[in-house]
Amino acid sequence: MRHLLRGVAPLGGAPTDLLLADGVIVALGADAAREAGDATVVDGGGLVALPGLVDLHTHLREPGREDAETVETGSRAAALGGYTAVHAMANTSPVADTAGVVEQVLRLGQDAGWVDVFPVGAVSVGLRGEQLAELGAMAQSAARVRVFSDDGMCVHDPVLMRRALEYVKAFDGVVAQHAQEPRLTAGAQMHEGVVSAEVGLAGWPAVAEEAIIARDVLLAQHVESRLHVLHLSTAGSVEIVRWAKARGIAVTAEATPHHLSLTDDLARTYDPLYKVNPPLRTAEDVEAVRAGLADGTIDVVGTDHAPHTREDKDCEWAAAAFGMTGLETALGIVSTTMVATGRMTWADVARVMSHTPARIGRVDSGPRAQGRPLEIGEPANVTLVDPAARWTVDPAAQASTSRNTPYGGMELTGRVVATFLRGRPTVLDGVLVAEGVA
Amino acid sequence: MRHLLSVADLDRDAAVLVLDTAAEMAKTQGREIKKLPTLRGRTVVNLFFEDSTRTRISFEAAAKRLSADVINFSAKGSSVSKGESLKDTALTLQAMGADAVVVRHQASGAPHRLANAGWLDAAVLNAGDGTHQHPTQALLDAFTIRRHLRGPDVGDPDGVGADLSGLHVAIVGDVLHSRVARSNVGLLTTLGARVTLVAPPTLVPIGADRWPCEISYHLDEVLDSGPDAVMMLRVQRERMGGPGLAGAATSAGFFPSPLEYTRQYGLDARRLARLPEHAIVMHPGPMNRGLEISADAADSPRAVIVEQVANGVAVRMAVLYLLLAGDREKGTEA
Repeated sequence: MRHLLRGVAPLGGAPTDLLLADGVIVALGADAAREAGDATVVDGGGLVALPGLVDLHTHLREPGREDAETVETGSRAAALGGYTAVHAMANTSPVADTAGVVEQVLRLGQDAGWVDVFPVGAVSVGLRGEQLAELGAMAQSAARVRVFSDDGMCVHDPVLMRRALEYVKAFDGVVAQHAQEPRLTAGAQMHEGVVSAEVGLAGWPAVAEEAIIARDVLLAQHVESRLHVLHLSTAGSVEIVRWAKARGIAVTAEATPHHLSLTDDLARTYDPLYKVNPPLRTAEDVEAVRAGLADGTIDVVGTDHAPHTREDKDCEWAAAAFGMTGLETALGIVSTTMVATGRMTWADVARVMSHTPARIGRVDSGPRAQGRPLEIGEPANVTLVDPAARWTVDPAAQASTSRNTPYGGMELTGRVVATFLRGRPTVLDGVLVAEGVA
Repeated sequence: MRHLLSVADLDRDAAVLVLDTAAEMAKTQGREIKKLPTLRGRTVVNLFFEDSTRTRISFEAAAKRLSADVINFSAKGSSVSKGESLKDTALTLQAMGADAVVVRHQASGAPHRLANAGWLDAAVLNAGDGTHQHPTQALLDAFTIRRHLRGPDVGDPDGVGADLSGLHVAIVGDVLHSRVARSNVGLLTTLGARVTLVAPPTLVPIGADRWPCEISYHLDEVLDSGPDAVMMLRVQRERMGGPGLAGAATSAGFFPSPLEYTRQYGLDARRLARLPEHAIVMHPGPMNRGLEISADAADSPRAVIVEQVANGVAVRMAVLYLLLAGDREKGTEA
């Protein structure tokens, strides 16, 4: 299988040609056209070429909640969103806290074949925060787990967190923390502030996130291990991470598309589409998160794609599930909020949505490496983006099983046109391509 | 007025209209035959997801005295995890042809969802949602205040046509969990009154500093400033620690002990004596005698607590009338 991507702009630079053959980028520029032979030509005029996107934070819901998403449908959504790899969070049923479950998820991902699915292992047995799960067994399994997280729950016990940070050093793992002090957030429904006071929904204070991040960066410093902060959402959290990095602590941080784009004012609608954990914050927080992403304090954009069934959202706010889908809109949101506004370049987008997430997840080496540069000899994981395309989000048109996107009807700038996974097109002209067709 | 979800749905003139209409309704309630034919043939559903016998019977009496057909629907628990969902309940009421749904729900925003999610065409009247709003309570409080404190000024026993300009109302107690406090802050200030909230700092919501009122932690200072009305809020004993909300094993408690609360924030005979001669004492009920209010205060001649209950029926008649009779006229025109 050979494809010649003609006239694409790698990372938004000067247009050139890319030749993909046998899963690898084999030629660039004039050589590409010369060596193309019978390669299928993709007209890439006006398109930006990015390394295939890598999500560190996806909920695929399988096993257990196949009514909300399956590995198959979630990885289709990922491909449409420009992803070539996703990390599948561990809060499934059963929880991914054993080698058996992570190998099951790995195999489901391979069978689906749309993206590489890297299972995340739970930190604690059953996400209960009491006892370490068999992290070593998961690391040594066929799934080669390197990212461990109780996401959805916070590893709130400081001793357990310390032990997890220490233990994963043996296999170069990372603990990805869902920073939420549970006692400060019992029953919490939305950001605690002016809007929560008015609409009468129980508050989720910024300090409940910031206190855990502050503790964890100090723990990571003390035991000299790697910490990854998931879905950082407040201005204070950005400040703490900035401080920790200045001290040389090995911390990385993630922002979600929704914390880059939406605010707690939306809770005035009482529409549970806007209910998410951590909650949407204030406009000042959104600005701080954007600034942190632009200046490198925040390392990656992770989707926190959290599909939920209609019945879990078509109800009163307090009864609804937390979470929103994101795989199919993430690139559009980042493009609209960060690139179209001039705050980031496409090279920056490649850094925060591909290179760095792959490096944090330790999936950036070997023959099936992700997040590599667009250079000769590298795996042909390529995403083509039309940076000028304006499009309107249609929840019903998404590949995810669930419809809980907060962006329905919103116009975004920048759209994924094609995705190549090791040289095979999974998406062309914005449409999924089944294996063996193209 | 299509729905009444929050006092924010009412501007000054709309609020005065409700109070004036309530005054007309109240006059009819002194007659031997209290029933009016106004809403004959219309169906009002009292949809109560939370126990509140007093509020339900107040709405029931109001609807019946306007000759509406009343259906009481008591739905314990809520949502997907416990039986029928709010949506299915709404679709059921829609199929039965409800003209108005009076809803009491433990979740803030549930009436807003009923009115706006596209499940139901009926007028939705919020009878208390979580810690959000309870607009008819604020209206009956405003009605009671106006009658006592503005009636003499304007030469009408009910104060018809007047708002609450120049009056100072202190609202004392658990503001954090109180839909009554939120509703009264909004409505009383819309009507021109000055409101001071009095509570321990633990029971003032973060963000309340942006509300159009003053906030004090000291009841005695506020009483010395000479308020025209003092509204005591119910304090729930479960706020004092022990088993926590929403699955937390324990909660730290919002104040140390009932005795300390009473000492700092309770209205007793001593504090009652510090109030100006004309000031009235209010409570939305049910009272915890001996906690937020002593028997001396609750039973004093200044207390208008029983009258608040009676005014509740008149105010709810007014709201149902304005929601349904107005709606019908509009429908006829179209």
